[in-house]
Amino acid sequence: MNINATLIGQLIAFAVFVWFCMKYVWPPLLAAIEERQKKIADGLEASDRAEKDLELAQQKATEKLKEAKAQAAEIIEQAKKRANQLVDEETQRGHAEREKIITQGYAEIEAERNRAKEELRKQVAALAVAGAQQILQREIDAQAQNDIVEKLVAEL
Amino acid sequence: MASEITTSEYIKHHLTNATMCSTDQGIAFNKACADAGFWAWHVDTLAWSIGLGILFLWLFRSAAKKATTGVPGKWQAFVEIVIEFVNDNVRDSFHGRNNLIAPLALTIFVWVFLMNLMDLVPVDVLPWLAGQIGHYGFGMDPHDVYMKVVPTTDLNLTLALALGVFFLILFYSIKVKGVGGFTKELTMQPFNHWAFIPVNFILESVTLLARPFSLALRLFGNLYAGELIFILIATLGLWQLPLHFPWAVFHILVIVLQAFIFMMLTIVYLSLAHEDH
Repeated sequence: MNINATLIGQLIAFAVFVWFCMKYVWPPLLAAIEERQKKIADGLEASDRAEKDLELAQQKATEKLKEAKAQAAEIIEQAKKRANQLVDEETQRGHAEREKIITQGYAEIEAERNRAKEELRKQVAALAVAGAQQILQREIDAQAQNDIVEKLVAEL
Repeated sequence: MASEITTSEYIKHHLTNATMCSTDQGIAFNKACADAGFWAWHVDTLAWSIGLGILFLWLFRSAAKKATTGVPGKWQAFVEIVIEFVNDNVRDSFHGRNNLIAPLALTIFVWVFLMNLMDLVPVDVLPWLAGQIGHYGFGMDPHDVYMKVVPTTDLNLTLALALGVFFLILFYSIKVKGVGGFTKELTMQPFNHWAFIPVNFILESVTLLARPFSLALRLFGNLYAGELIFILIATLGLWQLPLHFPWAVFHILVIVLQAFIFMMLTIVYLSLAHEDH
C-alpha cells in the first residue's frame, strides 16, 4: 500500500487516456448524437409544417371548389340566357322571313295577276275587234282602227 | 488454500501487489523490492488498469468510428446512452465552454467503473491463475506470486487520478482567474481583510488540498474495504457460499456509485475552478 513509482505511471496513463478520449472518442460520438438530434428536430418541424400546409391546401381546395361551383352556376345561367336570346332572335328572324316570303308571294301573285289581266285585256281587245268586225260586217282596216282598239284596251 | 497457509497470510497475500524494481542485479520482483523505496512499480495495478483503459478506449472508439447519425446499432446506442448521461451531468454542473471536461468525466467514469468491476471477479480466480502461470511457467512458488486484480484498491492509482484532477484544478484556476486572482482567492477568503491573510491562506489551502486527497481516499477506501470483505468471506470455508452473493450484489451498487461520485466531484471541482468571484 506504499506510494511508489506506480503513481507516476498511472498519471501518465491517465493523461494519455483522457487525451485519446478527448481527441478520438468524444467528438465523433457527440457530433453524431447532436446531428441526430438536429435531424429529429428538423423532421418534427417539417412534419408540423406539412400538417399546416395540408390544412392550408385543404382550405384552398375548398375555396377553389366553391369558386368553381359559383362560376359554373354563372356560366350555366349565362348559357341559359344566351339560349333564350338565341331562341328569341331565331323566332324573330323566322317571323321576318315569313313576312318577307309572304310579301314576296303577294308581289308575285300581284305580278301574275297583272300579267293575266294584261293577257286577258289583249284577248278581250282582240275579241272586241273581231266582234266589231262582225258587227260592222265589213273589212275594217285593223291597222287604221288600231288606235281605237288601243284606247279600248286601256279602258279595260 | 487456507489449509496450507494461515488466514492472516492468505489475506496478506491477497492484499499485496506484484512489485517490480530494478536492483544492482537487474530487474527484481516482489520481496526483493522491499527496500526499493519509491522506485518500485506495481505491475499488476499498471497492467490491469492500462489494459482496462485500453479496453474502454477500444470499445468506445469502435463505436465512434462507426457512429452514424441515422439509426444507431445496439452498441452505438449503449455508448450514446453513457455519453449522454455524462454530458447531461457535465452540462448541469459546469456552465463554461471547455472541451476537456466532458471527455475527462467520461474517461473517469467508465475507466473507474471497469476497474471497480474487477472486484466482482471471484477473489481467488485470477491470483490462482497467476500463481499457476508463475509456478509452471517460471518455476516460482505460487505463494510468491502476487496478483491484485482491482487497480482501484491500490492507493497509487486513485491518488494518480486525484492528482491529475488536482493539476487540472490548479491549471484552470490560474488560467481563468490569473495568478493574482487565484492568489487572492486563497488569501482574501473567507475573511476579506489583510490581517486575516495567513488564517485565510491556511483555511483555503486545506480546502484546496483536501479535494484530491478526499477523492483518492474515498475511492481507495471504498474499494479496499469491499475487497477486504470479499477476502474475509472467502476465509469462512463453507459459509462463504451464501455470503458471497449478497455482498457481490451490494457491491454492484458501490462500484457504480464510486465511479459516479469520482466523476461528479471532478466536474464540480473543475467548475469551481472556473468560477470567478
